[in-house]
Amino acid sequence: MGHAAHGTSYINSEKGLMSWLTSLDHKRIGILYFVTVLFFFLVGGIAALLLRAELFAANVTAEGVATAGQIFKNGDTYNQALTYHGAIMVFMVIVPGIPSIFGNFFLPLQIGAKDVAFPKLNLASWYLFMIGAAMAIATLFLNKIDTGWTFYTPYSIRTGAAVSLMVGAVFVMGMASVLTGLNFIVTIHKLRAPGMTFHRMPLFSWAIYSTSIIQVLATPILAITLMLLIAERAFGVGIFDPKLGGDPVLFQHFFWFYSHPAVYIMILPAMGIISELLTTFSKKTIFGYTAIAYSSLGIAAVSFFVWGHHLYVSGQSELAGVIFSFLTMLVGVPTAIKMFNWLATMYKGSIEFRSPMLYALGFLFLFMIGGVTGIMLAVLPIDVHFHDTYFVVAHFHYVMVGGTLMALMGAIYYWFPKMFGKMYSECLARWSWIFIFVGFNVTFFPQFILGAMGMPRRYFDYIPAYENLNRISTVGSWMIAIGFVIALVSIIKALVSGEKAPANPWGSKTLEWMTESPPITHNFSHDPVVTEGPYEYK
Amino acid sequence: MWFLALISQANAETFMPTQATEIATSIDNLYGFLIAASFISCAILIGGMVYFAIKYKRQSANDKTAYITHDTRLEVLWSVVPLIIFLIVFAWGWVIYHDMRQMPKNALEIHVTGKQWAWMVEYKNGVKSPNIVVPVNRDVKIILTADDVIHSLYIPSFRVKQDAIPGTYTALWFNSQKLGEFHVFCTEFCGTQHSGMLTKLKVVTQEEFDKWLVEESEVSLLPMAQRGAKIFQTRACASCHNVNNETVKVGPSLYKAFGQASHELEGGEVVQFDENYLRESILNSNAKLAKGFGPRSAMPAFQGQLSEAEVTALIEYIKSLK
Repeated sequence: MGHAAHGTSYINSEKGLMSWLTSLDHKRIGILYFVTVLFFFLVGGIAALLLRAELFAANVTAEGVATAGQIFKNGDTYNQALTYHGAIMVFMVIVPGIPSIFGNFFLPLQIGAKDVAFPKLNLASWYLFMIGAAMAIATLFLNKIDTGWTFYTPYSIRTGAAVSLMVGAVFVMGMASVLTGLNFIVTIHKLRAPGMTFHRMPLFSWAIYSTSIIQVLATPILAITLMLLIAERAFGVGIFDPKLGGDPVLFQHFFWFYSHPAVYIMILPAMGIISELLTTFSKKTIFGYTAIAYSSLGIAAVSFFVWGHHLYVSGQSELAGVIFSFLTMLVGVPTAIKMFNWLATMYKGSIEFRSPMLYALGFLFLFMIGGVTGIMLAVLPIDVHFHDTYFVVAHFHYVMVGGTLMALMGAIYYWFPKMFGKMYSECLARWSWIFIFVGFNVTFFPQFILGAMGMPRRYFDYIPAYENLNRISTVGSWMIAIGFVIALVSIIKALVSGEKAPANPWGSKTLEWMTESPPITHNFSHDPVVTEGPYEYK
Repeated sequence: MWFLALISQANAETFMPTQATEIATSIDNLYGFLIAASFISCAILIGGMVYFAIKYKRQSANDKTAYITHDTRLEVLWSVVPLIIFLIVFAWGWVIYHDMRQMPKNALEIHVTGKQWAWMVEYKNGVKSPNIVVPVNRDVKIILTADDVIHSLYIPSFRVKQDAIPGTYTALWFNSQKLGEFHVFCTEFCGTQHSGMLTKLKVVTQEEFDKWLVEESEVSLLPMAQRGAKIFQTRACASCHNVNNETVKVGPSLYKAFGQASHELEGGEVVQFDENYLRESILNSNAKLAKGFGPRSAMPAFQGQLSEAEVTALIEYIKSLK
């Protein structure tokens, strides 16, 4: 918006819905993602609540027929709901979430740029994402999908006709992800402010950099795989279907070759946020800046070679299992380095318990449990027992929800004053944290035990021995829901009647806090010149 | 019914399922070590976090903080120590996994086929069963495959699991040291009744096992209806069809169904519930659908799956349900 005057905030520079839908401003595009991702999170969350409600009680009949019926009219509806919960949360919330919302909004600000490298491409990515999302939602009205978010063959070849549309939706959203990643990589290489060397970049920007590399390299594999699946369904090509001479396990290899790196697309940006939050609210420089920055790249690199740990019981050779187990252990090392560095950052700091910090501490707590259970799952014979049980469900929720979502919530409260120029109610935000944090543990910790006891995942009904723990888990899901409702109220209340936010309410040192709240259209009234690192709390 | 027996007799314990094999014991020992190591790591990191959070709580906005950028010795320490622990558990796991993947020679081989939504167990002498029955203290190798989509055979008490893949054979082995009945689940999502694709594994003495095998192989000498009842059980028909009363499970109840003069179909047509209707419905369930069970049947087509004698025996059994 070249004509916008200096000094006008990006929110007020132009009015009307169309000005938002056609904006090339990275901040406005960030807000577009914010609103859409929040909406999909709500949809995916409601699905999760229904799933948990169904699992409140065991229904198995005397003859061993599993029945649904608490909530869903039959097993098929439950299977569909679990598919939509997974697909929406993965492809429409957690993968795009932090990079698209906060990467878009804050990456250019943090490196002192006026915008991303390709603003039009940036807007095009959002439209691609929305087209993909619309296709995904459209399947709800055609022929609901019941494959699970993993689309395993040959089941996905034989079940309802809308699978191709859903898979196409994921393909299109994947394209959006590739273009966003590309945009960020070029932005980081080309648009840093004078003096902003790579080693002076904030760790959030580093994390976005690592994430973007994975997005650009891994997503095309998923795209090809999904195209093959569509070709198989449409033309009976015979790549994955054994009836046509295909190999169904090949699909799993292809799928996880993307989807394992994708796990790091989901968690690396969250780790970047945690670095920002811990330094700011400990008022202390980050411990081991270089180690944290390069451990992200290390994780990104190794993440491409661990996909086989999803296939320990698929019939892959013993040797393959051993290699993948070993490589998976190696991912644990950079992760452990980050955990210790974050802890050391708090040492001799001045720690302020603002809500973003509470969410950051919550992240450390939950991610630690997610991490150690990840090591357990990497150990071959342990995984044979836990594979496809609730232990795995609990583990990845500890990492994805306990990790990514806690960081996302922390980021919302941390950057809210900057994004909207208003302060939120600390009291409401803390209550949301209490409910989400406690509720999360009540929901998912019992699932570790259920998994160890042998309860398989993707079951709408189970033997009575699993009932008590399932009940506890369901009650926990209600607590999480209350927490998110409080969070939503706090955000709406802040938008409507929040106090005006100062430029730098937390006393942070990174560049995004050196401009007004909310920032002006061109980000900085004077082009910033960087002379020191991002966390110089001296 | 067998499921109640399963519930009452299965050893669903509160933390880990009963250890019924040596492998299970060694896996649980490793798991115990992992839990202890995890607990210590969490105590250090989470405990440290809580301690620092309390100790260094902000006193005033002007607090001075230490300026520590890094400490190479510490960083090497907390890279190397976790690495060593990870390598120990990796190697420990490998040793156990190697045992699990080496199929013992001279094992009793049993073929198990996954099919939406039941397991079909077949012994070398031709006996077919919906349950897995094995002798105690004997190496048993299960050779797995699937008819339609991928399934996964999981026996929690033995800590073994293996995907059953159409078009390929996979295998697992175990040697149960405990008598009794154990859960068997399907752990790869396979559609509508995935949650109901469970059966039991019965460990009996060698004598009982031999006797059972002989008895089962003599089924062909039974009266037709009784033979049909066996097939009805083997093919897991009871998962969807009620035979005790008229309550509908997944498919239509078969209680007192045979002989109805006006059996209403989806679309309004009325047919007679006779041998030919029943035969067609067994072999191709989608040919004629009973009213209220459209638009597609979830029942597999048994065309080519059942012998002529088996179909007839099944019909005789269904006729006997009064």
